[in-house]
Amino acid sequence: MQHGERGKNALIQALLIANAFLMLYPLLVMILSAFKTNAELFASPFALPESFAGANFARMWSETSFLRYLGNSIAVTAVSVGLIVVFGTMAAYAIARYPFRLSAAVFLFFLSGLMVPLKLAIIPLFIQLNTLGLIDTHFGLILVYVAMGLPSAVFIMTGFLRTLPGELEESARIEGASELRTMLQVMLPLARPAMVIAAIQNAVPIWNDFFFPLVFLSTDALKTLPQGLTVFMGEYNTDWGVLFAGLTLSALPITLVYIALSRQFIAGLTQGAIK
Amino acid sequence: MPRRPRRWRRGMWIAFLLAPGLAVMTLFVAAPLLSSFRYAFFTFKGVLPDAFIGLANFQDVLFEAPFAAQTWRALWHNCVVFASLMLAQNGLAYLIAFALLKTLPGHRIHQTIVFLPVVLSAVIVGFLWKLFLHPLFGLVNAALALAGIHGPPWLGNESTALGSIIFTNAWHWVGFPALIFLAGMQRISKETLEAARIDGATDRVLMTSIIWPLVAPSTTIVATLTFIGSFNWFELPYVMAGAIGSPGGATDVLGLLFYRTAFGTASSGLQDFGHGSALAVLMFLFIATTSGIGLHFLRRREIEA
Repeated sequence: MQHGERGKNALIQALLIANAFLMLYPLLVMILSAFKTNAELFASPFALPESFAGANFARMWSETSFLRYLGNSIAVTAVSVGLIVVFGTMAAYAIARYPFRLSAAVFLFFLSGLMVPLKLAIIPLFIQLNTLGLIDTHFGLILVYVAMGLPSAVFIMTGFLRTLPGELEESARIEGASELRTMLQVMLPLARPAMVIAAIQNAVPIWNDFFFPLVFLSTDALKTLPQGLTVFMGEYNTDWGVLFAGLTLSALPITLVYIALSRQFIAGLTQGAIK
Repeated sequence: MPRRPRRWRRGMWIAFLLAPGLAVMTLFVAAPLLSSFRYAFFTFKGVLPDAFIGLANFQDVLFEAPFAAQTWRALWHNCVVFASLMLAQNGLAYLIAFALLKTLPGHRIHQTIVFLPVVLSAVIVGFLWKLFLHPLFGLVNAALALAGIHGPPWLGNESTALGSIIFTNAWHWVGFPALIFLAGMQRISKETLEAARIDGATDRVLMTSIIWPLVAPSTTIVATLTFIGSFNWFELPYVMAGAIGSPGGATDVLGLLFYRTAFGTASSGLQDFGHGSALAVLMFLFIATTSGIGLHFLRRREIEA
């Protein structure tokens, strides 16, 4: 019995290791291939590169707009997530902490956004942005991302803010603090974990998004990283070493953040689905 | 006397808190959604609705050449994608979750590893596997060659192209259902599992007849998200097979057809917002009703369990 159990566990462990290999090996090959020349890639696809000098990376740096795309992605993601968390928390605070007549209706209005795949509304969104003169601007793209992210942020933040005890607010008020001060200095510091979840949940899909920039942005200097990558893959399609270098550099930022914050990432990205 | 201004101030404060969120939601969710239904009944001149034509756009995309054939073929491919992902990707995810539930040494690292591809962009994953699947220089055929097998041009062959993209999707996403199943399994009480073990239940029995019914809520979530994802499938096929679903439409899905129809491609014509809107409305109705009906049955299954 004991023995059989141990053998079975060894088998399961072996399966997990095989799975980990299947997940990691392609990424490892991607990184190693980024250091190879074309000739090396085709002659010895599985070997280590002859040198780690990084000529392909140097070419990416000097010949392509990679840095520009990266900067655009960082700016768009940061501003979008910032606005989602600020606007979402504001609305959730009103819904969760003040009884007012239309409270339930407002909450439902926000939640109904959870049911709508905004991708399918791309045509009216395009027309809307066009009317507002925001096509081919980062601002227009950001507004659409904020609209996409608000429902889940309001949902998470309202749920969390409702659990905070009312006494805290009351005592702050008795001491004469204004509503604004009560919110900023007493209540919101307690809501930080929920804000982190809301931020991660939105940051990852926005950072990775390809569809909306594809439709909204046409100026090369405005393109985001995933979109820029398609431009770049087309231009260098015979230069595989450079292609792998581009993929490696594009995957690097989010991978590093993920390794540092994997627990929060997993919680943030699965939580929306589980709750 | 001071009561009134205070109430007024409170009202203003609440309005101030709600205003930015409501404004964005109204302008970029509610308004577009409502117009989306309206636009499907119009012809377009560029980006402006032109003439009201009733149901003609719907008639075209469902029953008239050249749209109808593409629509039905794409729908069929979406169904294939959904069925394959449910079986292969989510089946594997269930096994991985069960393995992780054992909390063997290193299970946290395995958890982190299996979720790693999930955080990468579909564009990166798509291009990476497109390079790996290259018939002459790709890693996959190089590996097969070591075993003496001559691999096909995976993405160039009508019979293997869709399957290759489905495989890539499974590699990209398997960690997501795995961790949702794991969360469901972790909520089963230790006593239940212990009792089953003492009764002599093997792992297979445990997996198929004890845990499976108890993770019904997780299955509901996974099935619903896979369904919505499969019928909105766009980025991977776009990156790996192009907007026209090469080769010869073998990988064409509704997302690509919708994008192509609405915004045009370099090779196949201009933007056509009228037919595009009709497709979007049909896709929306199809996804909403089917997942609604599906949810109803999956929920009932949860209660019976």
